[in-house]
Amino acid sequence: MKNNKTTFSKYLVSGVAALALTAGLASGASAAENGKFRIGIVTFLSGPAAGPFGVPSANAAKVLVEALNKGELPAPYNKIGINGAEIEAVIIDEAGGATKQVEEYRNLVQRQKVDAVIGYVSSGDCLAVAPVAEELKTFTIAYDCGTSRLFVENSDAKYMFRTGLDASVDNIGAVRYLAATRPDVTRLSGIQQNYSWGQDSWADFTAAAAKLLPESEIVEEQFPKIYQGQYGAEISALSVKRPEIVHSSFWGGDMEALVLQANARGLLEDATGLLTCGEASLATYKDQAPNGMIIGARGPFGAFAPENELNTWFKGVYNAAYDLDPVYPATKMAQAILGLKFAAENAGLADKEIPTADQLAAGLKGASFPSVSGTVEMARGNGHQAMQGISYGEYHYEDGKASIVNSVSFSGECVTPPEGVSAADWIAQGFPGAQCN
Amino acid sequence: MRFDKTEISLAAVAIALVLFGFVSPGWLIFLLTIAFAKALVVQGVVMQMRSGLVSFGQGLFYCIGGYTVGMGGQFFGIHDAIAALSLGMLVAIAVAMVLGLLLTRYRDIFFAMLSLAFSMILFGILVKSPELGSTDGFNVHNWTIFGWAPDGGESSQHTVFTLTILAGLVIAVLIHRYTKAGIGVICEAVRENEVRVEYLGLSPRWLLYGNYVSAAAVSALGGGLTALATGHVDPEMAYWTTSGEFIFIALLGGLGHVAAPFIAAVVFSVVRTYAIELVPHTWQMILGFTLLGVIVFLPKGLWSLVSRKKAGERA
Repeated sequence: MKNNKTTFSKYLVSGVAALALTAGLASGASAAENGKFRIGIVTFLSGPAAGPFGVPSANAAKVLVEALNKGELPAPYNKIGINGAEIEAVIIDEAGGATKQVEEYRNLVQRQKVDAVIGYVSSGDCLAVAPVAEELKTFTIAYDCGTSRLFVENSDAKYMFRTGLDASVDNIGAVRYLAATRPDVTRLSGIQQNYSWGQDSWADFTAAAAKLLPESEIVEEQFPKIYQGQYGAEISALSVKRPEIVHSSFWGGDMEALVLQANARGLLEDATGLLTCGEASLATYKDQAPNGMIIGARGPFGAFAPENELNTWFKGVYNAAYDLDPVYPATKMAQAILGLKFAAENAGLADKEIPTADQLAAGLKGASFPSVSGTVEMARGNGHQAMQGISYGEYHYEDGKASIVNSVSFSGECVTPPEGVSAADWIAQGFPGAQCN
Repeated sequence: MRFDKTEISLAAVAIALVLFGFVSPGWLIFLLTIAFAKALVVQGVVMQMRSGLVSFGQGLFYCIGGYTVGMGGQFFGIHDAIAALSLGMLVAIAVAMVLGLLLTRYRDIFFAMLSLAFSMILFGILVKSPELGSTDGFNVHNWTIFGWAPDGGESSQHTVFTLTILAGLVIAVLIHRYTKAGIGVICEAVRENEVRVEYLGLSPRWLLYGNYVSAAAVSALGGGLTALATGHVDPEMAYWTTSGEFIFIALLGGLGHVAAPFIAAVVFSVVRTYAIELVPHTWQMILGFTLLGVIVFLPKGLWSLVSRKKAGERA
């Protein structure tokens, strides 16, 4: 009996191992050219960033690819697929850290033979993948990650692009919104997740506030660890300092927990919340967030996206498929895919010809293309980084419906450092050359 | 110096792998490089498991190795890969010699939790260091080897691959000799009955101390090689889930043989990469079932497939 069991398990495990290995070699061989344009899409499908960012982004990619393959988009994107070639999307999970993402990026390019990669919410993943994109000469668009180091450390990038904005823009925009709507505030405070994103956001916010709101002072700052979920102590510490503004770069579940707890404790009644990523949870706050709380969408995305033919169409199909309005990560994913499509069709190729990475890079570098968020100018980072305006507004919930009121937009030149100047230097010098409307 | 059968087969496999590197596609070379580099860290875990200690914080030395290579190039002008890797091992040894004084006083879950705590302290320090890129980490590039700079792309990938295989071979032979030598066998005796070992006139604590320090050096080498291959380091290397992954691979392979961690690391990487490709939403479940299957059917790890067969032949 014992013998039978050992033989069985022996065969079982060696069978599984052999299957995995042969599957490996087989699919490596089968990823041949099939006349389709393959896009690798990388975003969080598991972990805390999946709910607020990854899933809406993946959903946006799915509806958009489906519609593109049918040629249903409004002009100028009404051509089928990418330059007439049908799109095949390979969606993979971004969870697991930078080492694993580099491995998966290589798998996408070298095993799955994708023609382009769109993805990355995490700044660490963007920074790790950028040199590999250059090494493998693969056209890659970072659609969401916010680190301003991306094109500082990869200043000679040829194949890496970013169609979203960096985190400095969020926080300069937030201070400009305060200066425009509440010029008299003096007591600022902040609560950030203790990792790169929170630290960088707070550094940019406080530096910009020192210039644009010179009367103001920072009365309290709190750095709880990421995914902590319970903020009782931090909320008390903030409350006793009687701030007028509570700035936070929290996102996802942490942000919703903070809003819920701070609102219940009365902090958000006495002080105005300012959430740079607040729009991503617009549909879930309901009456748990106070009216008048300031929220942003990291650019003109989600509920802040302007009324135009493309956006109306996109909102329509997204809503029809998922019964929800697209939040900002969804808009940003759509923008990256449109950027790729624009790059391919801007390269001047014959119909159905699959563009090379060099042709795609030439097509997008320094271009300006129409998108769901208005016109995107690839005007920074040597033509690799998008420049767009940013909007902030106040949350308003009435009769079971959430909306944004008192929205103010700032142009790209107003919130983006000039080419070659780091955000920290630009803020410290008092925003030379900023053109605000 | 005489080589036994295991050592000769290890060398033969290593040579075959290096040759295989010249004909296999880039993604496979990268996958194998990372798998073998991680297997070195797992060797560190296995060395301690053999003496009855489970380290839930081997990521500490993995991270030290990686960050030393990265910081050496970024801040101290050490671009030579061999020098940077050796420096990483030296730093790990120095840290382990201090921590070991405390850690070797503890056993079982107390050792596991303390080792975990130290790796999380390093994680915390790195996260709060904006000059090291905080959670985003920083890139590792422009390294050379004996003054020769691989010209990017495939050439550097092959160099790291070959380097990893050679490092793996040397470490594997050393560990093999160590486990067969008297001191290695006593490590197992410590696991079985520490009091008896003490009555034999030996000090289990100093045995474990030496074991802990050498395990740290081996793990740091794995971390350094990972940093060279990936071209990026971040604090995630010291996070507890990374250490958990090493224990996962150690259990997958088993303690039976020095080759087991290498095989397990390759199986782990292959299963994971295909799970991600084929079931992108539930790939963690596939990994979980794999480990569950191994624990239920092969409690001594994948290596028991080989050792059982041998036992059967002899009978």
